[in-house]
Amino acid sequence: MIKPLIIDIAKSLLLARWRQTLVAAVGVTFGITMFITLLGFMNGLNDLLDGLILNRTAHIRLFNEIKPSTIQPIDLALRNDIHFINSIKPNGHGQEIDNNLAIIASLKKDSRVMGVTPKVTAQVFYNVGKVDITGVINGIDVEAENKLFHFQEYVSHGNYIDLKNIPNSIILGKAAADKMLANIGDMIQVTSPNGERQTLKVVGFFQSGLQELDKVQSYASLATTQKILGKSNSFITDIGVKLFDISKAPAMAKEFLKIYETDAEDIQTANAQFETGSNVRSIISYAVGVTLLIVAGFGIYNILNMMIYEKMDSIAILKATGFSGQDVKRIFITIALSIGLFGGLLGLVFGFLTSLAVDQIPFNTAALPTIKTFPVNYNPKFYIIGITFSLITTYFAGWLPARKASQIDPVDIIRGK
Amino acid sequence: MSKIILEAKDIEKSFHDPITIPILKKISFSINKGDFVSVIGKSGCGKSTLLYILSTMDTDYEGQLYIDQELMTGKKEKELARVRNEKIGFVFQFHYLLNEFSVLKNVMLPAIKLAKYSIQEIEHRAYEKLKILDIEKEALKKPNQLSGGQKQRVAIARALINDPFIIMGDEPTGNLDKKNSDIVFDIFTNLAETFKQTLLIVTHDNEFASKTQRIIEMSDGRILS
Ligand SMILES: Nc1ncnc2c1ncn2[C@@H]1O[C@H](COP(=O)(O)OP(=O)(O)OP(=O)(O)O)[C@@H](O)[C@H]1O
Ligand SMILES: [Mg+2]
Repeated sequence: MIKPLIIDIAKSLLLARWRQTLVAAVGVTFGITMFITLLGFMNGLNDLLDGLILNRTAHIRLFNEIKPSTIQPIDLALRNDIHFINSIKPNGHGQEIDNNLAIIASLKKDSRVMGVTPKVTAQVFYNVGKVDITGVINGIDVEAENKLFHFQEYVSHGNYIDLKNIPNSIILGKAAADKMLANIGDMIQVTSPNGERQTLKVVGFFQSGLQELDKVQSYASLATTQKILGKSNSFITDIGVKLFDISKAPAMAKEFLKIYETDAEDIQTANAQFETGSNVRSIISYAVGVTLLIVAGFGIYNILNMMIYEKMDSIAILKATGFSGQDVKRIFITIALSIGLFGGLLGLVFGFLTSLAVDQIPFNTAALPTIKTFPVNYNPKFYIIGITFSLITTYFAGWLPARKASQIDPVDIIRGK
Repeated sequence: MSKIILEAKDIEKSFHDPITIPILKKISFSINKGDFVSVIGKSGCGKSTLLYILSTMDTDYEGQLYIDQELMTGKKEKELARVRNEKIGFVFQFHYLLNEFSVLKNVMLPAIKLAKYSIQEIEHRAYEKLKILDIEKEALKKPNQLSGGQKQRVAIARALINDPFIIMGDEPTGNLDKKNSDIVFDIFTNLAETFKQTLLIVTHDNEFASKTQRIIEMSDGRILS
């Protein structure tokens, strides 16, 4: 009985002053609209930039750093004696990951792992007439690479699957291709570190969005790359692991380091600066949204104060006829919250519409061939946060006036008449 | 002897603004069920101050106040609100009707707050009270569409809605002309005689007072008779 009565009274007080109420609600609407639009846009941008690196990067990379063995034969022979060895040199098989087939098989069985791609990297020279340009050829398992790291999205010209289907083919970085004046269908020559020359057919161009990368990186199939290096088909230098939960990468990298006796690097360590950028953008959007809401909060604070000032008599008689201070407080909190709810919901709608509009604005950049308009993220999370924020701000904006109303002494008012 | 509805024991009150001035001095009296009592006295002698204390709205006093044999002194704000809602009806010099609501709704509000009856029943009862005051025809109007006398009658209907033990009035006819004052006085007499309603009315109007069953005369913060 009490609840509907309080809502009833709140409603009629609101409607009696609907113009001011509307202005207060518009303030909230504006704040939430900006909040949703900014967050959507900033996060769209974050996703885009994350996509540049994070989507294409293995969550954990297993590889062999070239370094001398930490345990030298003499350590085993003279366990407790003191000895000195100067100028230790690395030895043996270099970058190859031993036993890689077994490692891949065991990784594939791990329930936390989404997928595994083997990789061979080869340092090469692209031979352009008399000039040699340094480059890196990544030998990849084309299908796995596409499935896990969206390889296809970054192949701007040509068909990515040709890499698998056409033997001795290569997809060049766009910037490298421009330097070499190479077109699709052309044959190019590369020289491997051991001096062997190889002729490869260009089947596509690759655009990562990072110009520096595109100047050196190219892609070929595993087999082609192994051939360039003159190695057998079990030669693997890198294993890329994609996880279901990226946040587990650092811990799992440590684990793999122990189990597989290779080096293991997690994505967070390798790309720490990207996370910082994302965080800064999020913080900016939250700060702007919250600031606007606080401004709107002052609007609500004002209208409630005014309402209370005007409705002193009503508050006094309500109290005289049996409404407690708490009831009066609830009435005004209800008023504040309904302004917040109404203004906030409207803000969500407008925010969504503005996001749609932003999503239509053309955004063409040579570095990002797949992006045509500004990126926007429509995560429902932002909408939930938005409405929660608006309710919280209006609650606090209403709290002081409501408390003031609840403390009005009816005797003072009635005596004044 | 009939039942005591309201009892004041040694009630004292002073204002401390800026120096302490005693306003009420050891006021003790009681009112029986069905009494129609008027309080008179010179302006500034403390009649309103006493009434606010008796109505539980003012809690800043010495002494004890009993309503329906129950000690009010020291009760919490919420409990006192409940007592006012259920047991006391008010009529002030000013009507204090809420212009946002219809006349009917104004009368219903304290009953909806009490929540003893369903909304339909409350509406029915509100009509009954308006009928007693002969303004049921105005039930659906807004208060600002009524005359001063009509407003005051609506305020009385509101005071009656929860069948209070006692109705307190602070110069309820103070703002009315002679004709309307007489109407209101007749209503009070009718309530006292027909419904055995207990009434405690502060007034300046000696003629009004002389027609009540009992007169409490105040002077300088004390009760003379
Ligand atoms: N808030 C206050 N602060 C200080 N003194 C006050 C206050 N309220 C009332 N008084 C004083 O208390 C005394 C009694 O006031 P009260 O209103 O009870 O008189 P009253 O008998 O109702 O007068 P009237 O017949 O004119 O209504 C007056 O002298 C008044 O000046
Ligand atoms: Mg007075």
